[in-house]
Amino acid sequence: MANVIRRQTPAARLGRGLLYGVLILAALFYILPLVVMLMTSVKPLSEISAGTLLSLPQNPTLEPWAKAWGEACTGMRCDGIGGYFWNSFAIVIPAVLISTTIGALNGYALTKWRFKGSELVFALMLFGCFIPFQVVLLPMAQTLGWLGISSSRAGLILVHVVFGIAFTTLFFRNFYVGIPNELVSAAKLDGAGFFRIFWRILLPVSAPIIVVSVIWQFTQIWNDFLFGVAFSAHNTQPVTVALNNLVNTSTGVREYNVDMAAAMIAALPTLVVYVLAGKYFVRGLTAGSVKG
Amino acid sequence: MAALEIHNVRKEFGSERVLKDVSISIDSGEFLILVGPSGCGKSTLMNAIAGLEPVTSGNIYIDGEDVTWRTPADRDIAMVFQSYALYPSMTVRQNISFGLEMRKVPKAERTAAVERVADLLQITHLLERKPAQLSGGQRQRVAMGRALAREPKVYLFDEPLSNLDAKLRVDMRTEIKKLHQRLGTTIVYVTHDQVEAMTLADCIAVMRDGNILQLGTPDEVYNNPVDMFVAGFMGSPSMNFIRATLEDNSGGYQLRIATPGEEDLILPWPQERVAAALAERLNQPVILGLRPEHFSEEDERLTSQAEGTLLSTKVAVVEPTGADILLRLPLGEHEVTARVGPKCAVAAGERLALRIDMGRAILFDSESEQRIA
Repeated sequence: MANVIRRQTPAARLGRGLLYGVLILAALFYILPLVVMLMTSVKPLSEISAGTLLSLPQNPTLEPWAKAWGEACTGMRCDGIGGYFWNSFAIVIPAVLISTTIGALNGYALTKWRFKGSELVFALMLFGCFIPFQVVLLPMAQTLGWLGISSSRAGLILVHVVFGIAFTTLFFRNFYVGIPNELVSAAKLDGAGFFRIFWRILLPVSAPIIVVSVIWQFTQIWNDFLFGVAFSAHNTQPVTVALNNLVNTSTGVREYNVDMAAAMIAALPTLVVYVLAGKYFVRGLTAGSVKG
Repeated sequence: MAALEIHNVRKEFGSERVLKDVSISIDSGEFLILVGPSGCGKSTLMNAIAGLEPVTSGNIYIDGEDVTWRTPADRDIAMVFQSYALYPSMTVRQNISFGLEMRKVPKAERTAAVERVADLLQITHLLERKPAQLSGGQRQRVAMGRALAREPKVYLFDEPLSNLDAKLRVDMRTEIKKLHQRLGTTIVYVTHDQVEAMTLADCIAVMRDGNILQLGTPDEVYNNPVDMFVAGFMGSPSMNFIRATLEDNSGGYQLRIATPGEEDLILPWPQERVAAALAERLNQPVILGLRPEHFSEEDERLTSQAEGTLLSTKVAVVEPTGADILLRLPLGEHEVTARVGPKCAVAAGERLALRIDMGRAILFDSESEQRIA
């Protein structure tokens, strides 16, 4: 901190040095699994069996990545996880957009158009954040069957939207609570209606919380395994399920490099989202907590 | 025809009665100020007029039309909010034209209206800025511009100056008054600042606990308050209230003010102000209301020389304000404030002869706090 005034004595410098040392060690410790995965994924199989976990790759190769993407066996089929990767996108993108949109509208209605019992509705929605996934597996399977969308992408999207609304509503509700009601009153007097006020007045200032909601939902839905494994057929599986199948397929030699490459591929989109928008994520989560 | 009429409006939040049977009527072009301490219901009444809060019972008419159950947009009113409530994502220009856009006014007319209003308020150079880039006073102007652009039947101002610093507040106050004189608009203005109320209003409604205590011109409310609350609320420094006993004085009346450790002070009540209500309270305790300016130095002119009762007292505190001097001095069992000219050379602890202008004094019932005479 630049605003801390302190005399630079040798003891203070030593303390500072120790502090940084510990922090660097901790950072290395945290990054280690990723480094090992990355190194293993570019080693030929021979190097893996000969060397140690931490030895650097001697002849780096992208072959394991290609194999994981296009040829590796996931259960009975051997066409890699590439198809499932796109499957995941086809599920995640609509689910994130729909749940964020509904969450924004819910949050807007619950804060700016209060009605009798709106607090109760919000409390019940909040309760939805604490329901364990396992509890709803059977009723959800039944519901999807009734709707005729079991084992389809649409079914998975519906499940994720229903589960996501509780969180997105919470995000947007807490964000909109901090926006003065007088803005909405002024717009009402100006002649704007429910959707117009949302679209023209509130949405343009909602960027931070939209980023939070999108990152949160993207990560949650992309990383989901339980719903993916329970409510998908082999051609609608998300990449997490395919990754599990790939790693668990036991034919011949265990190809650690392919496993690692597949895991990296499966994790990549969430990493990218964090790197691109992580700054806004933290900013959005703390928005409103301190008055600007 | 009355521009705004409020008939027996009541508002209840659960069992709490926020507005208790409020009725007001103002003519087109009048400037009405709702004034009162916080929690008196003035903002609720404002919101009821705006249509932001439904009333429990009663009716509201704007320009003769019953708008009680119309939406805010259909009432043809505009409001200036305490927090200005400028749309943060829009430029000043968009803020001002938003209401016109919602009312499907053609683009050319919108542009003309924005230019006209910006010119009027001298904010033309700010039109392309966002609200966050404006100072408090500039935001205030934009908020007024947004209301003016629509040319509604009634303007509502909800404590529009309370977020400004003292100097700017006085400037904007003058500007609002000029604007009203120039445009002849009908304005309902909420404030808790009695100076704003006195300086701006054609008509003041003093509110307390959901009731209108007094509705009248600033002069009426200031010089003829109906009760001790109105008397004490209007005016700064506020009116002095002195406990006294009403006595008979050979046909007339006089007030006896008990003074601990000294002789009782006797103030004769002016002959021409004798009212029937006084006879009922003979030899009973009453409250005498004297404004600081009802005191004056002995040699100054009075409204009626005969009624200037001389009082010699020891000054406790001298507070020069520049324009005049405020004196704190004991009167009976109370300490009162007197306002004298800036040339009065008195120091704390000295005795000073002061006249009391009983021609303007007011008497209140000591229990009901209502005015007697």
